[in-house]
Amino acid sequence: MIFVNAFIVGGIICVIGQVLLDVGKLTPAHTLSTLVVSGAVLDGIGLYEPLIDFAGAGATVPITSFGNALVHGAITEAEQNGWVGILTGIFEVTSAGISSAIIFSFIAALLFKPKG
Amino acid sequence: MAKDSKVSPTQRAYQKIARKHEAKRPVMKNCIKAFLIGGLVCTFGQLVQTGYIYYFDFTEKTAGDPTVATLIFLATLLTGLGVYDRFGHFAGAGSAVPVTGFANSMASAAIEHRTEGYVLGVSSNMFKLAAAVIVFGVVAAFFIVIIKMTFFGL
Repeated sequence: MIFVNAFIVGGIICVIGQVLLDVGKLTPAHTLSTLVVSGAVLDGIGLYEPLIDFAGAGATVPITSFGNALVHGAITEAEQNGWVGILTGIFEVTSAGISSAIIFSFIAALLFKPKG
Repeated sequence: MAKDSKVSPTQRAYQKIARKHEAKRPVMKNCIKAFLIGGLVCTFGQLVQTGYIYYFDFTEKTAGDPTVATLIFLATLLTGLGVYDRFGHFAGAGSAVPVTGFANSMASAAIEHRTEGYVLGVSSNMFKLAAAVIVFGVVAAFFIVIIKMTFFGL
């Protein structure tokens, strides 16, 4: 039941974000940065991959997976090429997300006018 | 939060009063909304991912990229149509935490600043909020990998 797991885990991560916003009174930028760093730390100690296996998109869709993907790409490249791999590999996995966000946002700015 | 040492007693008294009259945030309600909406966005992502695995030749590992790209495309489109901001106002963190919120922050900044031109407006403002995420993510990842390689090998 990967769909149920995705719903629950994804929901819980969003609740953590909401608690940081409302109770911790952080700005959205601080909240998202915190979540990204948490995702990176979780992957560093080897806990994020099992979460992805368990929850699928529930773990890959929230922004925490961005931190996970950064660490993951860097480690994979470092395994192959040594220390310089950290620099060349850091954006390897996240490239799809960042590139598509840049490209689609630029096209959106060409096509749409700001709404009141 | 202001540093207490630089606050005069009058200011502190004012802050106390201001805090008392600050609108209470409906934390419980917000959390339930964030849970439901965030859960639904992730379930939708799972649906897209499963679709890519079944109808196109993607494996469990490679289906992540097109899924994220699809979600980002939809979020950008909805932002352009002015729907996502209303949705985000309702869903709070439920719409901000998934990768769609990342795309929304970039697209809305890009669209908002188009009147200032494509170079100075669109491209230099696009990363206004997303930059924090990218910078902190990259710096954290860098140090984590360094620590991991130094102390635990690979």
